[in-house]
Amino acid sequence: MHIVVVGLSHKTAPVEIRERLAVPESRLGEALTRLCGYSGIKEGMLLSTCNRVEVYAVVEELEAGYGRIQEFLADAHLSVSSEQLTPHLYWQTGDRAITHLFRVTCSLDSMVVGESQILGQVKDAFEMALTHKATGLILNKVVKKAISVAKRVRTDTKIAESAVSVSYAAVELAKKIFSDLRDKTVLLVGAGEMAKLAARHFIASGVRHVRVTTRTPQHAVALADRFNGTAVPFEQFREEMATADIVLVSTGAAHYLVGSDDVQRAVKQRMNRPMFLIDISVPRNIDPAVRHVDNAFLFDIDDLESRVEQNRGERLQEAERAEHMVIEEVGAVRQWLKSLEVTPTIVALKSRVEDIKRAEVEKLLGRLAHLPPQERALVEAMASAIVNKLIHNTMVTLKSEVASADGAAFVEAAKRFFNLGECGIGAEDLDAEAPTTRTSANKPG
Amino acid sequence: MAAVFFMVTMALYFAATVSFLALLVRRADALSTFSLTVTAVGFVTHTIALVTRMFVGPGSSSPSIHEALSFFSWMLILVFLAVEFRHRLHVLGSFIVPLALVSLVSAAALPDTVPTLQPVFRTLWVHVTLSMLGTVGFAVAFVAGVMYLIQDGLLKSKRFNVLYSKLPALDFLDDLNQQSIVLGFPLLTLGIITGAISAEFARGTYVNWNPEQTWALVTWLFYFIVLVGRLTVGWRAKRAAYLTIIGFAGVVLTLVGVAIKSFGSVS
Repeated sequence: MHIVVVGLSHKTAPVEIRERLAVPESRLGEALTRLCGYSGIKEGMLLSTCNRVEVYAVVEELEAGYGRIQEFLADAHLSVSSEQLTPHLYWQTGDRAITHLFRVTCSLDSMVVGESQILGQVKDAFEMALTHKATGLILNKVVKKAISVAKRVRTDTKIAESAVSVSYAAVELAKKIFSDLRDKTVLLVGAGEMAKLAARHFIASGVRHVRVTTRTPQHAVALADRFNGTAVPFEQFREEMATADIVLVSTGAAHYLVGSDDVQRAVKQRMNRPMFLIDISVPRNIDPAVRHVDNAFLFDIDDLESRVEQNRGERLQEAERAEHMVIEEVGAVRQWLKSLEVTPTIVALKSRVEDIKRAEVEKLLGRLAHLPPQERALVEAMASAIVNKLIHNTMVTLKSEVASADGAAFVEAAKRFFNLGECGIGAEDLDAEAPTTRTSANKPG
Repeated sequence: MAAVFFMVTMALYFAATVSFLALLVRRADALSTFSLTVTAVGFVTHTIALVTRMFVGPGSSSPSIHEALSFFSWMLILVFLAVEFRHRLHVLGSFIVPLALVSLVSAAALPDTVPTLQPVFRTLWVHVTLSMLGTVGFAVAFVAGVMYLIQDGLLKSKRFNVLYSKLPALDFLDDLNQQSIVLGFPLLTLGIITGAISAEFARGTYVNWNPEQTWALVTWLFYFIVLVGRLTVGWRAKRAAYLTIIGFAGVVLTLVGVAIKSFGSVS
């Protein structure tokens, strides 16, 4: 029994390949059924987002399993052959597969490290697999663990804390000037894409009053409707500036629309309440001299970009910490998986000694036919006590040592000592897994 | 007894100051938990020291400058813990706790038996308590002003360092500044009035224009103007921050005046 992942992501495949392999939500169920239809695939989960298509599975035979899953992926789209796919795919098993799932869920493998969408996508993929009964004991445990690790990473590290887009960086800066954005007013000057996006972020952060002005009055009215705000005539917006706490400027004008005198006057009218001005236009629309006006805070596109750059750096530092958490948690899952592998040996051991005990007790009681029932029970109890005490320490040792580097040797020894023979998943699998385990445990990150 | 708790408190505030100052440049959750715990424990021992002193102390109707400063320091920590509890604002500790330590150390350096004023009037402690409470308000306004100017400077120069991420929003600091003065000013006013009444009973004159009384009145007038300016012509934000820092310098000078006098009366 092996846990594997086969897939491709933005790191290994261009969008032309990814978009062809992506499975639309409506067809996920059907795909899962098809996946689990392959012989040798015990459990399966399909994660399909715009940045990655991955199959997580529990397979009986490693090589055959890889082959089946590749076949499954190639079958997803008629125009992609298995050969075309191979250079873009990655295959992982054992600890590496679990680490991969954990890193993906924690958003450590994402295009924007720390983004929050992927956790939801993994949850959805898992829900889908659950509804179609595609997952079982192993994947259920591993995926649930991945989700809890991702939550831990989000709360214990600052990986998702800082803004990594220019429009969101503007909101983040505003929060250092105004503690509560709800009663604040945003004035949107011009209809640049970035400014509209920033306005949307401000609304999402609680801003309720939006005023819009553009050179074409109809545009302003349409935009104001979209943001549930009011339109302001373009000729008047400089006078209106005093009513706005946040001014977002992004027009195509080739000159300064807002000068330092305009801002000075607005701040005075506002009785020195601070003002936040964001100039996302290139060429700039707000005179840089506004920087010297007290209680007015001007940020242009470069300031926002450098803020984003700094935040990215901070996120990468936090990602380091998250990687350590992942390694730690993979260790815990490994322990659990190994204990799963030792179970058949323990069951076999128990039934073996039970058989011996039964045979011996029957033989003896046949000769002691005259014993009253209470005494027969005593003899039986004594036999049970002896065998249980004899194997007790063996079972405890097996359970505790199975996750160690010599775990396989312990299982093998127990089998030989008690003449247990082959029993389901046992030593053979441990042998196969052991080298993988060691290499990935030593691998940093 | 009280003296032992007083010394322990001083040691704890010192440790808290060091770790709170380290927090200005370092991001470490363990360190902020440590600083807060030490401060809270210090606050408890400080409370014990004050209460024991109240019940077993020399029993004068007028508190000494030592007691006044110790009470001031205790109130500062109380305000910090209250704000911290409501707003989770660890960084405030990096500014208030050092101030509380300085005032406690000054208290330790000053004679603790000599009353600030002749114990002529039974309710003189009312004057001292009210004046100190007013001073606490101005001290918090001062701290808010310093934090405001730092954050304003960081935003203007676009230096997004650890301190920037820890300091709260500008308008929060400006509100804290305003609220502290709005609370502190009436308390100081009452403190001055009760002081004047006591003086009238003692010497038959409300004011005798000695240096610290004069300073106290100048300071009071200054804060009056600051408060009126804020409410009418918008002396808020950066200007308010500067003004409250200047005003607090006046408060400190008054206290130094009182302290020198109590030293004088020892020798």
